[in-house]
Amino acid sequence: MSVLRALTVLPEAAVVLALPPMLMSVIAKTKAWFAGRVGPPWLQPYYDMLKLLRKGTVYSRTTTWVFRAGPIVNLAALLTAATMIPVLSGDVLLGFPGDVVLVAYLFALGRLFTVLAAMDTGSSFEGMGASREVTFGTMSEPALFLSFVVLAVATKSLELSEMVGPPLAIAWKSVGPAMLLVAGALTIVLLAETCRIPVDDPATHLELTMIHEVMVLDHSGPDFAFISYAAALKFMLLGSLLLHVALPHAAGWGAVGVLLRLLELGLLAVVVGAIESTMARLRLNRVPLFLAGASVLSGLATAIVLVRSHG
Amino acid sequence: MNTQMIVDSVLVLVILLDLAMLAVSRLATCIRLFALQSLLLALLPLAATTGRGEIPGLHEITVAAGALGLKVILLPRILLRIIRTGEIHQEIEPFIGFTASVLVGAGLVIGSFAVTRGLPLPVDRISDFLPPVSAATILVGLLILISRVKAVTQVVGFLVMENGIYLFGLLLLEQTPLLVELGILLDLFVGVFIMAIVVYHIRREFDHMDTHLLDTLKEA
Repeated sequence: MSVLRALTVLPEAAVVLALPPMLMSVIAKTKAWFAGRVGPPWLQPYYDMLKLLRKGTVYSRTTTWVFRAGPIVNLAALLTAATMIPVLSGDVLLGFPGDVVLVAYLFALGRLFTVLAAMDTGSSFEGMGASREVTFGTMSEPALFLSFVVLAVATKSLELSEMVGPPLAIAWKSVGPAMLLVAGALTIVLLAETCRIPVDDPATHLELTMIHEVMVLDHSGPDFAFISYAAALKFMLLGSLLLHVALPHAAGWGAVGVLLRLLELGLLAVVVGAIESTMARLRLNRVPLFLAGASVLSGLATAIVLVRSHG
Repeated sequence: MNTQMIVDSVLVLVILLDLAMLAVSRLATCIRLFALQSLLLALLPLAATTGRGEIPGLHEITVAAGALGLKVILLPRILLRIIRTGEIHQEIEPFIGFTASVLVGAGLVIGSFAVTRGLPLPVDRISDFLPPVSAATILVGLLILISRVKAVTQVVGFLVMENGIYLFGLLLLEQTPLLVELGILLDLFVGVFIMAIVVYHIRREFDHMDTHLLDTLKEA
């Protein structure tokens, strides 16, 4: 059984692992299209990563092992989360009742080590970025958890691959409005967690405004390659979570469903690129309101599913 | 997409508009959000009757048309005119901050879902979201009314409260005589008309629309 399963799962896992930089490329191309430019070649993120992997790293003498562990733990946490989140098909490598909590805390663990590594450099700028990252992280986490609560109540399951699987299609029929609210909340969580406009601007290098970029200023070489890959991976994971909630596929679509998911991920990247090209960053003191909005949406959805499932 | 789902979605949208009104600081946006909410509510009785397979009768059409004309077109116009002539566009420092008031609003919404579940109602309702949504709208309107400084926003809060009461009235639409509905709309119109005049006078007397100066009575 396990050999057969490995044969079916491995090709998908390979595609899933190769995909994230391509999504970043789609976003970059969309932004270039909006600006009337040609944009970098499609494979540019891969070239960048290969280049970084071949380079040496420079470590400041004030840093300790925490600084070196940061990028590695972050990538490892996200890769572990990737085994539990369905991306292309509805199948996952690992999956057990209650894995939602583990997934949420793997994201938090990755963030914790990025933040610790940033503070380990002793730079005041990186400390500022770390403080903002943690503040906004605290605000997007309730939204993520409340969304999980809604999905758990609607599908009566605590296993992530089932919570966003075929039972969700039935939930859309009975509590459609709640599902819409959850999709909205997850969109905001996606934009906030992956440091996209309107919460953070991945392209900015102005110290006073950036959040994620400022924390990784001191990393170089392979470490930085890990960080950019992890960021892309996080985008893909949260994005596919959103897609699985927003557009549930019926069971038994097989290869068609997988191809559709690929297409949807591409479209999601285009949408994010379009948002980045047409919107400005929110003022820093308006971001909490935006993130509280996500929690409110998912809280409202929770109230709705609870009323419907009991009444 | 059956009617039930459309009605449910509209009601959820009404709640989202409530919360959006708590979040925005621009007075004009707040008034437009109120107009949008009233539009949804005005169309709701028509949607509900067509959903049951009946043609909307004179009663439903009159109520919808009255709400449409008054709350979607006339009152927003009056309010927008006040802020245009008053040259005051933003709620700067509400008594409760925007993020805090959204969170309080969300608490009120969830509270009304919890409280109205056990509420016995004499009639068939078009959706089981109707009682909680109307309670939430009334409470959010009250919150806007007490937490904002500008007189115009307070008027909007009063109107949002009325929207909540109207929503509750939809439950009893068949039982309520037409005359009562029209009387409520007329009262509303007169109320806002008087408030508009009061706001105008506040502005002419003090050069702004803040109401907190009215707390103290002092001989100059």
